[in-house]
Order: sequence, then structure tokens, then C-alpha cells
Amino acid sequence: MSQFDFLKPKSRQIEFEQFDDRILTFVLERERSFLTCISCGGCTATCSAGNLTSFNIRKIGLSLRRGSINDLSDEIQKCMFCGKCTLVCPRDINIRNVVLLIKKRIAQLESEKTL
Amino acid sequence: MENIISIPFLVGMAYLFIVLIFRCIKWIAGLSKFDKIRLLKSITGRRLFQSIKETFMEALLHRKIFRKNPVLGYMHMSLAFGWFLLIVVGHLETMMAEHSMFVPFHKAVFFRYYESSGDFYLSGFFAFFMDLLLLFVLSGLMFAIVKRFRKKLFGLRRTTRLKSGDKIALTSLWLIFPLRLLAESTSAAVYHNGGFLTSGVGFVIDFIGNPAILYYPLWVAYSLSLGFFFAALPNSRYMHIPTEVVFIFMRNAGIRLKKQNDSYTDVQVFSCSRCGICLDKCQLSVAGIDDSQSVYLLKNIRNKNLSDEKLFNCQMCGRCQIDCPVGIETIELRTVQRIESTRDYNSSYDYLIQEIATKADVVYFAGCMTHLTPRVISSMKKIFATVGEGVWFMDEVKAPCCGRPLMLAGQYEAARKLIENNSRMILDSGAHTLVVSCPICYKVFKEDYKLPDVEVVFHAQYIDALIASGRLMVDAIGLRMVYHDPCELGRGMGMYEAPRRLLGRMGEVVHMKDEKEYAYCCGGSLGNIKITEDERKLLRNQALVAYESYSPDVLVTACPKCKKTFAAGRKMKVLDVVEVVAGAILAEKPQKVENPLAEQDVDALAFAPDMTCNL
Repeated sequence: MSQFDFLKPKSRQIEFEQFDDRILTFVLERERSFLTCISCGGCTATCSAGNLTSFNIRKIGLSLRRGSINDLSDEIQKCMFCGKCTLVCPRDINIRNVVLLIKKRIAQLESEKTL
Repeated sequence: MENIISIPFLVGMAYLFIVLIFRCIKWIAGLSKFDKIRLLKSITGRRLFQSIKETFMEALLHRKIFRKNPVLGYMHMSLAFGWFLLIVVGHLETMMAEHSMFVPFHKAVFFRYYESSGDFYLSGFFAFFMDLLLLFVLSGLMFAIVKRFRKKLFGLRRTTRLKSGDKIALTSLWLIFPLRLLAESTSAAVYHNGGFLTSGVGFVIDFIGNPAILYYPLWVAYSLSLGFFFAALPNSRYMHIPTEVVFIFMRNAGIRLKKQNDSYTDVQVFSCSRCGICLDKCQLSVAGIDDSQSVYLLKNIRNKNLSDEKLFNCQMCGRCQIDCPVGIETIELRTVQRIESTRDYNSSYDYLIQEIATKADVVYFAGCMTHLTPRVISSMKKIFATVGEGVWFMDEVKAPCCGRPLMLAGQYEAARKLIENNSRMILDSGAHTLVVSCPICYKVFKEDYKLPDVEVVFHAQYIDALIASGRLMVDAIGLRMVYHDPCELGRGMGMYEAPRRLLGRMGEVVHMKDEKEYAYCCGGSLGNIKITEDERKLLRNQALVAYESYSPDVLVTACPKCKKTFAAGRKMKVLDVVEVVAGAILAEKPQKVENPLAEQDVDALAFAPDMTCNL
């Protein structure tokens, strides 16, 4: 059933108190093209890692924008960096850079022990 | 009192020597134990002569620059070799005049200042020869000054920016030889001990003013310029002069770059002369990126201010490495820096589960990029079916990436996890051959996988062998083809001939000016993580315009990534090598294939997000 987890959606309530934009601002400062994402899911459809696990690059974008960085830190480790997502993106977003920046920022926050 | 003028020179020289000895000790101490043994072996054995010869040819004669650009080569040679000869011949002259084998160093440098009577054996010859050498150096200096302000005359489009340490060193270097000429000329006017050049200039000085008054200040100025140059040298780009010698010795000893920084990286960094040849070769300048090229990378490592934006903004295509006159491994160096920079956030990929391998003779690994060019996969399948090969298509449904994109991003530890997983799968299958159709995968399979008894072959090699052994028959389809060398396959793996030989069986491969190791990058490289899509298009168009000028029927490449990038340019038909073969396969009874490209048009132009060709 893990393939069909969209059938049992989780709570859609967004807790604005828990909104943490430390990763989002870090990414946007360095990769402006992420602003143009339309969440089409093309990246997720072609993803090599997504083919092997429940990794979902579109959800990464969503978590990033919602500022729920706890969801990000485990999920982002699954990306294999192959670059297919960047190749199919209709908005020409440099997704590999977005992933690299998220990983870097998480490592920074972890070393500061503020994650 | 007489010796006082040599004090600035001697102070600068002493400072330089102390710094150099200190640095050398630090570099050698920083090598690993095995590298130290290698270095020791190489300087005690026969390779010592090879190193000395190479030092002479490269550090003094600048043979490699000469081959690339004779004017630039002359400039470097006249300054380096001319100065070297001035020192050696000057020393001989002093030994001759003093009738002694041992003369103090400053005595030789300021010979014309100390030596008043010009009477000793061969004195006339020495005066003439020293003047000739000085003229030789001055001619090179003239070129250097012209180059700084009019670089286009030297075939260079750009040259490097200088920092303050460089400016001090550069100015004093430029002043040394004109001051030497003037100082020696005043000596010649006073003592009549000059050759044709110094006597002539001395005569003019005598005519204008009083050489006896100018004599002392000019010699002091000459000594000061020497002292300033030597003192500024360790903190300027001219540190490359002594470092290059160390670099040549270490390289010849068989020392190689590791997956982390050690003193060999330092030696390579300091060997960069910032000549700017890599700036000219770099395609990024087409897209207006001019702060991340190899020369700036080396400079930033040296100044410890390398930012991620610059480090990851490089196609890793290797065009700069081919032309580097010093032989710095720019791509490997950048990879090491990327590994260092991302060391804190490697992934573990714990989720990778061991899939069950299928027993087969041949394993085919398509790779992520090939999955985005389905026509390549179907062509491969067609060829496998035609020859009846027992093949297991390893990543048809599920398989991790080969690991090369991670390595290009510096995630070496993470890539090792994928490599382990894939290696186990391949070895379990019991295959003797692994066929890959992507150069990115090919490079990592060849270099980083340990697959005993499994031969890794690129699809062009594999198909060529099939045709050569008569298992596959192809028809001559008479196409005029331009072959684009993918960076990872050509400069990365040195495979230039196999795809050309294969294509030559079916049609004509057009010879081009920029091909093989000088081939363009398509612009799509996975090595660059910071470049925007619009900038990539500019790089791609540069290559496409060059290929278009040969008006081929079709542009052929051997890399799915290059194919996708070029196809999006919508300028000409783009095919992979294997597609050309699949379109030319002869069935059992030979029959003419009618227009084999007709059915492939759609795929070649299928993916084109930009509907306009912005040139």
C-alpha cells in the first residue's frame, strides 16, 4: 500500500508557529529558479531514487516551502543526484542545486545543533 | 661602503630562500609515507635525469606554450631562459675576471658595478654576449608589457586579474631589466667596459647628462627592484617558478592526487602561473561566467576564499586541463575540493535493497540519462536481439544510479554506497561483459568499480566488435556525419576512435577543427551544479553553430545527455551512435534500407522546451 499513500492523506493543517524558513531562505538566496516551481511533479515521475523508495522530490519542495524542516532532513538523504529531474523540469529549475543546498544547510544547522 | 648597494638584493634573496626552504620542508613532510618513498626513489634513480630534463624544457624553455602560441612562448622563454643564461654567463664572466672558482653571488650580479677595468681573458666576448642576452630578455619584456595592455595581439581573449602582491612583483619584475640596462650603460660610459648595447646607451646618457652622478642611484635602484621582486615573490603568482620544479619532480615520482587535500594539491595550486590559457579555453565565458575558471579556482584555494558558487560552477569538461602548459590536473583538483566541501553531508542510502540478479553472459546498464532517450534503449535492444545475445537489462525497471553524478558533486562516500550495491548485482549475474551506453556511467564503471573478470565495454566498442566478428551486418547508408565527442568519453576516458571507426562503416565522418581533445562541451554537463538553463543554452549554441558550419546530414554523439541537450537546440537531426547502427542493420537477406532516419525524426526533436532558437 505504500505505493498508494496518496489515498490516505495526512492532516492538511499547517502550523504557522512551526514554520521554519531557515532552509527556504538559504535556498532561495542561492537558487532563484526554485521560485518558479509549479509543483507539476515531472521530477517525481522520472526520479531514480523515487523508483526505489517512497522518495518524492515534489514533496521535498512542499516541505521546503512550508518550512517543516524536520520532514526534510531524512528524506533529502535519499536523492541520488542523477539529474533526471533537472532535465525534465518544464520550468528549467536547477533541482540538483536545490537538493545540494538543502543538504548543505541541514548539515550547517546540525553542526550548530539548532535543528 | 662599496658593498652597500647589494644589501637590498641580498636581503630579498635571503628572505626568498628561507621561505622556499621552509615551504619545501612543509610540502615534503605533508606527503603520505608511500609518497615520500616514491619521491626518494625517483631522485636517487634514473628518473632524476628525466625530471631535470623536463624542468629545463618546461620551466625554462616553455616548450608547451611554444607549441600552442609561439609569441606567448617566446615571451616566457626569453624572460625565463634569458634570465637564467644571464645569471650563468654572468657568473662565468666573474669567475674569469677574478681567476677564482668561487665568487660571491652578489659580485656576479653587480659585476659591471665592481669591475672597473675591462681587461681579462675573453672580456670582449663576454661583454658582447651579456649585452645580447640582455637584449633577448628586454625583447621578451616588451612583449609582456604589450600583452598586459593589448592581449588580443597574443591570441588571448582574456587575462587574469591581479591582486596587490602580484602588482608589486610585476612592477619590480618589469623594472629589473630596464634598470639593469641603464645601470650597466652608465658603468659603460664611465669605465668603457660595455658591449654594443650598453656602450650605445651609455653614449646617449653621456650626451644627455653626467653618468658619474647617475651611476650610483641607478645601481641602487636596480638592486632595490631585485630585492623587491624576491621579497614579493612568495606572496605573488611568481611563486609558480620555484614550485613548478617541485611539481615536476613529484609528478615524475608517480605521486597522484588523493580523495582529500594533501601537500601535492598545494604544490599544484602554487604551480599555477596564471597565464590565462585556461580562461581562453573555457566555454563558460560565452555565458558571461568569468569568475569560476580553473585559474580562479587555484587562486581561491591559495587565498582560502573558495565559495561554493564558484567551486560548483564548472562543466568539468576538461578543456582547460588539455591546454594547461604546466600540466595541472584542474578537473581532479576541483573534484577533490568538492569532496572536501561536501564531506559533512554524504548520504548513506540505507534503503537500497539487494535485488535478485538474473544470470546472463552480458549485462546491459543503460543509466539514468539513457532512460530519458528511449530510442537509444530500443536501438540497443534491437541490436541485442539481432545478434541473439543472452543479455540481462539490469536497470530496465529498478536500479540505482551508477554513482558518477554524485562523484561529480563531490559526494564520494555516498557514491561508494551505490557502487557497492551495483557491483554486487553485476557480480551475482555471473556475466563476463558489462555494456553501458552512457559515457558518464562508463567512466565510473571503468575507474571506480572493482569488477574482476567482468569486461566493461562502451556500446560503440561492443557494436564495433560485433560487426568486426561478422555477428552483425550493417549497410553503408552514405550519411555525412559530424561526431560530437562527449567530454566524459573523450577527454574523460580517451576514447576517440571507437565511435568514429563504427560510424565510418556506415557513412562519412567529417573532420573538424575542434574535435577529439579540443571538442566542445554540449553545455548539458552534470558536472556543473550552479549554471542556469539559459546559460547552458548559450554553451550549447556555441557548439551547434560550429557543427552547423560543416553542414552535415546528421549530428551524431555517443552520450544520451549530449543528445538531449543538442536535440533541444532544434537546429539539426541529433542521433546516438547506436541509433545510426540500428537504422543500418542488414536483415538476413540484404535489402536497402530506405531513408533510415525518417522514423527517428520525431524522437530526435521530441524534447524541446525552448521553442525559440536564441542565438
